[in-house]
Amino acid sequence: MSSHTPKTTGDKLVYMANQIALNLALDDNPVAATADHIAHFWDPRMKAMIFADDRSRLSPIARDAIAVLARGHEPTSQTRATDPQAHGTDAG
Amino acid sequence: MGYERQADFGTPEVVSDQTVTLTIDGRAVAVPAGTTVMRAAAVSGGSIPKLCASDNLQQFGSCRLCLVEIDGMRGTPASCTTPVAEGMAVHTQTARLQKLRKGVMELYISDHPLDCLTCSANNDCELQDQAAAVGLRDVRYGYQGENHLDQPVDTSNPYFDFDPSKCIACSRCVRACDEVQGTFALTIDGRGFASKVSAGLASDNFLGSECVSCGACVQACPTATLQEKAVKEIGKPERAVVTTCAYCGVGCTFRAEMRGEQLVRMVPWKDGKANRGHSCVKGRFAWGYAQHQDRILSPMIRTSIDQPWQEVSWEVALAHTASELKRIAAQYGRLALGGITSSRCTNEETFLVQKLVRAGFGNNNVDTCARVCHSPTGYGLKTTFGTSAGTQDFDSVEDSDVILVIGANPTDGHPVFASRMKRRLRQGAKLIVIDPRRTDLVRSPHVEADYHLPLRPGTNVAVLTAMAHVIVTERLADEAFIRERCDWDEYAHWADFVSDQRHSPEFLEPVTGVPAADVRAAARLYATGGNGAIYYGLGVTEHSQGSSTVMAIANLSMVTGNIGRRGVGVNPLRGQNNVQGACDMGSFPHELSGYRHVSDAAARALFEGEWGVAIDPEPGLRIPNMLDAATDGTFKALYIQGEDILQSDPDTHHVAAGLAAMECVIVHDLFLNETANYAHVFLPGSTFLEKNGTFTNAERRIQPVRKVMEPLNGYEDWQVTQELARAMGLEWTYTHPSEIMDEIARLTPTFAGVSFARLDAEGSLQWPVTADAPDGSPIMHIDGFVRGKGKFVVTDYVPTDERTGPRFPLLLTTGRILSHYNVGAQTRRTANVAWHPEDLLEIHPTDAENRGLKSGDWVRLASRSGETTLRATVTDRVAPGVVYTTFHHPATQANVVTTDFSDWATNCPEYKVTAVQITPSNGPSEWQEDYAAQATQSRRIAPAEAAE
Ligand code: SF4
Ligand code: SF4
Ligand code: SF4
Ligand code: FES
Repeated sequence: MSSHTPKTTGDKLVYMANQIALNLALDDNPVAATADHIAHFWDPRMKAMIFADDRSRLSPIARDAIAVLARGHEPTSQTRATDPQAHGTDAG
Repeated sequence: MGYERQADFGTPEVVSDQTVTLTIDGRAVAVPAGTTVMRAAAVSGGSIPKLCASDNLQQFGSCRLCLVEIDGMRGTPASCTTPVAEGMAVHTQTARLQKLRKGVMELYISDHPLDCLTCSANNDCELQDQAAAVGLRDVRYGYQGENHLDQPVDTSNPYFDFDPSKCIACSRCVRACDEVQGTFALTIDGRGFASKVSAGLASDNFLGSECVSCGACVQACPTATLQEKAVKEIGKPERAVVTTCAYCGVGCTFRAEMRGEQLVRMVPWKDGKANRGHSCVKGRFAWGYAQHQDRILSPMIRTSIDQPWQEVSWEVALAHTASELKRIAAQYGRLALGGITSSRCTNEETFLVQKLVRAGFGNNNVDTCARVCHSPTGYGLKTTFGTSAGTQDFDSVEDSDVILVIGANPTDGHPVFASRMKRRLRQGAKLIVIDPRRTDLVRSPHVEADYHLPLRPGTNVAVLTAMAHVIVTERLADEAFIRERCDWDEYAHWADFVSDQRHSPEFLEPVTGVPAADVRAAARLYATGGNGAIYYGLGVTEHSQGSSTVMAIANLSMVTGNIGRRGVGVNPLRGQNNVQGACDMGSFPHELSGYRHVSDAAARALFEGEWGVAIDPEPGLRIPNMLDAATDGTFKALYIQGEDILQSDPDTHHVAAGLAAMECVIVHDLFLNETANYAHVFLPGSTFLEKNGTFTNAERRIQPVRKVMEPLNGYEDWQVTQELARAMGLEWTYTHPSEIMDEIARLTPTFAGVSFARLDAEGSLQWPVTADAPDGSPIMHIDGFVRGKGKFVVTDYVPTDERTGPRFPLLLTTGRILSHYNVGAQTRRTANVAWHPEDLLEIHPTDAENRGLKSGDWVRLASRSGETTLRATVTDRVAPGVVYTTFHHPATQANVVTTDFSDWATNCPEYKVTAVQITPSNGPSEWQEDYAAQATQSRRIAPAEAAE
């Protein structure tokens, strides 16, 4: 198996957080967007794991986003994919 | 419903805003201008004898049986080629016509065997009917003259026979193959009396020909020349029930034609709005798995996966399962349980599984196989357009001028839609194909792509952004549309981004491998060629940047104003039959039905009120996260309905480890699939023929699935889920799936107007079905995006971390083949294996030569994740440096080599890019042999006595 294929769940979560941050890097507010994405798509134990993990492997955006979430801050939604108002009688 | 042949009005329907009035045999008839006399007669309740005409084919006018007399017109024109005219007076039954028709019929019959009584088409034969209709009683020419009666029958196709002795050379089959299917496999050889139908070259039989076994010719044939083998074996059907195909996301509707409890044949339903009377080999013929001996009909349990299965009663199985689930919840906490819904099951069944998880298990650990296919569609389209679905109906393609197909292979994956698309292309629409492989669509009879951009796998975002660069910098954007429908500031920001020189086709050419000039030309064509429609498939979504690619596609459609009317739009081609439905029904761990996030207190309150339980506001685990949590020891029990995650999900070793770490894996399926090797409980499932419910196809069309036979296992799948819920203490009392749909409609705004009664009345409905759109919504975003403004999202190209290097120099991409479906569990159990007995590795001649390989050689396919072996086929369909295979066969297990890289937003696995090496091999790998041995061991069923 490769050296770069993530192995443990902790490794994978770090990889995922960095990947999300990288893909949202050009957003108006990348830290808020990354925090919002993780808050809305990760299950509580994944969040707890990454909060407890060593954050040195996180990219600056991911690290700031995790810090925001770990403080218990509820991020406001940054995209319609996470916006509770983004539904209604019209479509899904 | 009793048995009646589907109505045939002789020639196609004509749409016109002008009406013409005429009389037919003294009856006044009003029809749209351009209608033929034949159709006018048929729609007004009359009938004119015919043989060569059929209403799904263009007029042909060869048999001369349909002659009529028209006042003021000389001779006896053929009614199938004569258009109606105002005030026309038509006579269809006169002594002169009767004589002429009798003469025509006599000629046909004189070259036709007169074994009607023993013919399998007896009483279901148009020739026989027409002979009776013209009053033919005897034949003057005798049968001793020259005839075709001794020609051998071609039985090579596994599903239908071709008996040329019965052919009347009407060429309906040839025209069906050309016009309806678009394969052009048949020809009429010779002229006049010598003419006969043939499949390609003279030496060809059907199986060896270009024929893709869609069945259109069989349906078109008015005699027993082309006929289903099953009709010969079982006999003529006695009743027919309309239902929906359970294979792909096209959602063809069929008449299941039955004799007693036996299914004789599936015949495409002409009123079906998705398929308009057409079919492919899977839905039409490959249903034999439903009766296959491998089906497991009795529930089974075992305490550990190294033991043989014990057959038990349903009561014992359900009580045992419920007690295991309760034990695990008590021991490890409620978050240790979860479920997986199936895109193959009905909406109602899927809804119940997610309800069991959310209301019964008390968490949101529910996911669906859409995770591994179209989850990025949900994310990407919701972010940009505000809705998680495609924007068009299939009919829309008839108005497209430019069709852009990216990462989809519709002739294999969505064949019936592909036939409709090809018809439009033959009419002159332009075609752009963006795909690493030269798919059939790129070049096939009478269809040729204007541009094929054979990009390096993994560079979709780069190519699409380069196209956007061309559109913006060459001022081809539709500014009026953007100003009206989108957020202008967001557009300006995005336009700025794509205009950067580093997004130009020239700058990106070394990355994508696509000549810049082609990218520029394709972008110009899409932006300026009229109605532009984008169709995409898993080659878009199954990447590290799947969600970004979906958003890049949405950007392209908005910047060119190609959204909100017929002929345009963004169309995800869904893989499995009910992927759309499974997503709609709340199968994702973060969303309730109708795509409402679980953190939305108002949405939760609605469900809490209906279900009487609290809904967890936190998202649950997705499939890959469940497997991670299982290996970490915090996730212990999984109820899997109708999915085979071991074979279908990436990185097989990791899936196996996750499953093996659980204490209660419940597989609810037709067969002991690969996942069941790791299961502790097996609950037998029922086929789509054995249940009532609905499927939702790729165009958001909700269609009825109707029970045509009793479930062999005793229960429809929704009943099994209900019994499991009851065993766990939930008080569910559904007596019919229609009650589940009523609950869905109460809880899901987009389904508000859906009920079984309305579906029965309308045939199908496309959601949203609301007070504003009571008859559904074929096209979305017509006057504005349903939710505010369209959003341009900046999609930076972030290359995948899966890279080639000296050890793994080639890129593997994976896909589908026409004759098989997904993991092949169903199609491998049918005669479809005649076309695809094994998975093959496609490799370019240069790469093959460098490795000393030729077609048919065994090769070892290795990646950083694992290795397998299979046979190679050398072809320039793939570019140098790229190899391709399918994953329909468990013996190959192509997913042993795929990695755990996935889409950044949804974790949809990156099936389409794996760095690999190919080397010669002697045969199956050690791993494959071990796996086969383990699978055999795991599938043992203890003798019945031992179960007591
Ligand atoms: S089965 Fe379909 S592809 Fe084959 S010859 Fe008939 S119409 Fe053509
Ligand atoms: S095979 Fe059937 S449809 Fe084709 S030409 Fe002969 S009779 Fe007509
Ligand atoms: S598999 Fe798809 S295209 Fe084929 S018959 Fe079924 S729904 Fe139609
Ligand atoms: S049906 Fe009109 S010519 Fe054959």
